[in-house]
Amino acid sequence: MLTAGIDIGSITAKAAVIEDGHIKGTRVDFTGYNAKGAGKRVFDALLKDIGLAADEIEFIVATGYGRNSVDFADKSITEITCHAMGAHFIDPKVRFIIDVGGQDSKVIKIDGTGKVLDFAMNDKCAAGTGRFLEVMARALEVDLDRFADLCEKADKPSKISSTCTVFAESEIISLISRGEKRENIIAGLHDSVASRISAMARRVGVERPVMMTGGVAKNMGAVFALERKLECKISVSPYAQVNGAIGAAILASRK
Amino acid sequence: MKEIMTNYYINAKTARESGKKVAWITSGGPVEPLIAMDVIPVYPENHGAMIGASKMGVDLCEKAEEMGYSSDLCSYARADIACATVNGGPIGGLPEPDFLVCCNNICGTVLKWYEVVARYYDVPLFILDTPFVHGEFTDAAKKYVIRQINEYIEFLEHVCGKKIDSDRMEEVARLSVEAQRLWQRVLDSATHKPSPMTAFDAFFHLALIVTLRGTRETVDYYKALADEMDERIAAGISMVPNEKYRLIWDNLPIWYKTRWLSEKFASYDACLVADTYTAAWSGVLHLIDEGNFLETMAVAYSNVYINISLDMMIGTLEKMIEKYDADGLVMHSNRSCKPYSFGQYDLARMVSEKIGIPTLIIEADMVDERSFSQSQVETRIDAFMETLKGY
Repeated sequence: MLTAGIDIGSITAKAAVIEDGHIKGTRVDFTGYNAKGAGKRVFDALLKDIGLAADEIEFIVATGYGRNSVDFADKSITEITCHAMGAHFIDPKVRFIIDVGGQDSKVIKIDGTGKVLDFAMNDKCAAGTGRFLEVMARALEVDLDRFADLCEKADKPSKISSTCTVFAESEIISLISRGEKRENIIAGLHDSVASRISAMARRVGVERPVMMTGGVAKNMGAVFALERKLECKISVSPYAQVNGAIGAAILASRK
Repeated sequence: MKEIMTNYYINAKTARESGKKVAWITSGGPVEPLIAMDVIPVYPENHGAMIGASKMGVDLCEKAEEMGYSSDLCSYARADIACATVNGGPIGGLPEPDFLVCCNNICGTVLKWYEVVARYYDVPLFILDTPFVHGEFTDAAKKYVIRQINEYIEFLEHVCGKKIDSDRMEEVARLSVEAQRLWQRVLDSATHKPSPMTAFDAFFHLALIVTLRGTRETVDYYKALADEMDERIAAGISMVPNEKYRLIWDNLPIWYKTRWLSEKFASYDACLVADTYTAAWSGVLHLIDEGNFLETMAVAYSNVYINISLDMMIGTLEKMIEKYDADGLVMHSNRSCKPYSFGQYDLARMVSEKIGIPTLIIEADMVDERSFSQSQVETRIDAFMETLKGY
């Protein structure tokens, strides 16, 4: 049985196709202005990648902020439930998921079946999210993909005191003008993201093993900063960015 | 209800012409002596709720911020203070007060808020200070509050220029207690499965027990409402058509989003069967002795839900969850109401540990829509309901 999951996030649209418990393929595209079109586009492109036709897919679940705009989906389920299932599918031992995406970060506690026990999400503030790091990358004129490497070379991480993305950006600009090393600023940014997320994780109560998903999990600098804050090992899903879409496809196969 | 409230506000606004006095009073303040003295009580907080429900909160809050009040200040206070200066809002502003009665059993903000109002209208202010109840309500605290009740009566006699009629006071006390009992009966109807009402109905029907307890019409209204609930139960009518999940609401309503929230929960076959907020107006009934109303009232008013310690709150919450057989708790973390929202994470943890039901926390504000983000709240509710349904 072939099923698909479409995850429309604030920055990227993700799609995954599953066949009888195996991943057939995944794909990530930019969401852009038109969330509805993005879902169709990423889904069609993925089908082309793996050589399937749309009518071969039996059930489609949409998730993410744009979940209700995917009109060809059979059902929509929140990203909380989908991320829980995606992480459980990749590693059934996982009991705690930290997902840091474009505009939100969330922590999810799950049981041995992938069922959500408790969760928390950031609210009304983009600090501690992928967008926060994106804005800072722009201010630093550094490609986001280089953040992890540069962070490793930091000798004294800067203190980023502001909790607001906009104010943190001006803080970064003043650090740059004071001649602070980029490496140290980047390390400071990772620490800042990690403190916000760890506070949220502690509120729910961290259970091990912990897995990190979402686009920010690709940045090992952020992952290591979180490990230090939470004082525990964090595994990164090999499918970090498409974890929600995979979870959605798994849930689709159970319908 | 609409008719009673309209008449009430017309009477309050024409009090001058009819030779009656108007007092502004806090929502948790002892209103009964005012009724007994034939004073019309007016509630800035009820007014704040009306402003919120009519979606006029943002404009007025912004106006208050222009005046120099912080956006962190309670949105009832901001909306109401701003409203007084422009006679805006859904009813063109409240009637001017002859004097003010402020009881701090609900929060500390009211002290400064009422001081501002007292200066603005240049009218006398009576403050009733109810000490926070950490565990037991000590004899000293009891004496302290009772003494203030006596001062309160003296204050009323002075500003009204007449003695209190003790027979009339007894009558008002009797009606107040009766109204509280009937209000509790209305709320209790939701223990029935399926429930004939939801907390959203309680938010609506609440107005009279807040503003006019101690009057005959309030008693009559709740008597009819309680009977209607019994009839609905007998006829098998439920408010949420296929009630499957029973939830408890904590904190004030999100006044400008009650319809959306009500429909959202109903779409999951979830009924908000009870709430800690509307239950507060009958929650201390057991502490009142009709035969010794003024003294026992002092103790009762001091022991309202948000003037007690977390340990006492969890006791109340636990009983409520059991009584209504709830499957989950929905907490509104209300940016405006600090004393109500403080400790919610601890309460959520205690509920999870002691009773094993999950909690959803919604971050919003009762009046200021700028603190409400619909898509974020929607995702939280969807995810919470998915968790309850057990995907």
